[in-house]
Amino acid sequence: MTMARASANQKPDKAYPDRRDMLRGLAAGIGLTIAPGVTLYALGGAAEAKAPGDRVTSKVRWGMLIDVNECADGCTECVTACSKENGWADTGNPRTDAQWIRKVTVSDPKTGATQSLPMMCQHCAEPPCVDVCPTGASFKRADGIVLVDKHICIGCRYCMLACPYGARSFIHEPLEDQKPHAPRGKGTVESCTLCVHRVDEDRAPACVEACPAEDGGAMLFGDLNDPASEISKRIAKYATRQIRDDLGTDPGVRYQNL
Amino acid sequence: MRAWHSHIPVVAMLLVSALFCLLQGADAAVSAETVKTSRVFVPAPPKGKGDKCVADTDYMRRYHMTMLDHQRDDTVHEGLRTKQFSLKECIACHAVKGPDAQPLTIKSLKHFCRGCHDYAAVKIDCFECHASRPEPGKKAGLPANHDEKALSTLAGYLGDKRQ
Repeated sequence: MTMARASANQKPDKAYPDRRDMLRGLAAGIGLTIAPGVTLYALGGAAEAKAPGDRVTSKVRWGMLIDVNECADGCTECVTACSKENGWADTGNPRTDAQWIRKVTVSDPKTGATQSLPMMCQHCAEPPCVDVCPTGASFKRADGIVLVDKHICIGCRYCMLACPYGARSFIHEPLEDQKPHAPRGKGTVESCTLCVHRVDEDRAPACVEACPAEDGGAMLFGDLNDPASEISKRIAKYATRQIRDDLGTDPGVRYQNL
Repeated sequence: MRAWHSHIPVVAMLLVSALFCLLQGADAAVSAETVKTSRVFVPAPPKGKGDKCVADTDYMRRYHMTMLDHQRDDTVHEGLRTKQFSLKECIACHAVKGPDAQPLTIKSLKHFCRGCHDYAAVKIDCFECHASRPEPGKKAGLPANHDEKALSTLAGYLGDKRQ
């Protein structure tokens, strides 16, 4: 990321905010009072709505909590919603087809108990895909969303090998008529973007909205940094798990009752 | 009575003038798509919606790629979603409708971008990933605002003070 930004911006990295940043912050505050923004229910109502001109900050860390008990075996509504929202589809090549999100079944070999859960990019705080990327195309946004900048992705697929969750896929075929909000093309790697185009408009990701489970769905989206948000309250109250937490990647996606 | 062959020059002249008229007609048909007063082909890209673009035509001609390039880094890395220099907005505003009343893709010769890019033989990579038309069936966006302040900020970034 640093390499790419330096060439685009020509600004040195700053360790502390300068006057301009402070003024920008002030302006954002004024903007909020003029236009009472839409606040997402999952944010707990306390978080500020992001204006289109605002840059993302590390004050927010987006995350997701998935209640595995609520996730029905055989239900693929989240996968369908993601595919429809972002315009990816099976092309009949199961070994190479795009998989931004997939349903996996885990079982305990001792008892035979099985559970079904959605698996996608875990939006790690310490993403291995970002560590290995040779061009800086794989990067983590300030608000914790891990993305691929396809403008600088060379399609080497190191990130696919590095990801412990098998979350990334590579586009092998030329594409046309992509969704205007989700550009994707041959020769680049892609993965779940946490519906970044929706998040920037203060909307929840498509999978979260589509989950048909009772009591508001099995998926909860929100700001992990805001102690007042619904997701923060839930993860403070109940025991939740990060998959492969032994690797120290600190995923933003957590699972409950797993 | 004159010999039959004495009519040849007259007939030939008639034929030549008829051919000339035909050619002139064809010429007029070509010039409808180009600029009238010139014999040189000049691209005439289709007009966008609204009364003006996000910047003056001369400025757009020279700097549109730099504008898009600048905005793309801000959007992808920092979540800036303003509309003025957004490729998505350009595509929505400059969409050309085909015979089926749906916006044309980059495959069509009549696509807005191809109007000039084919002429200048400059290859566009944008549409290998980006949609080259607004989502069919969706209402196209309104023209983004002509924000002079944003333009001068950009000019400052570009190191261009001609504004």
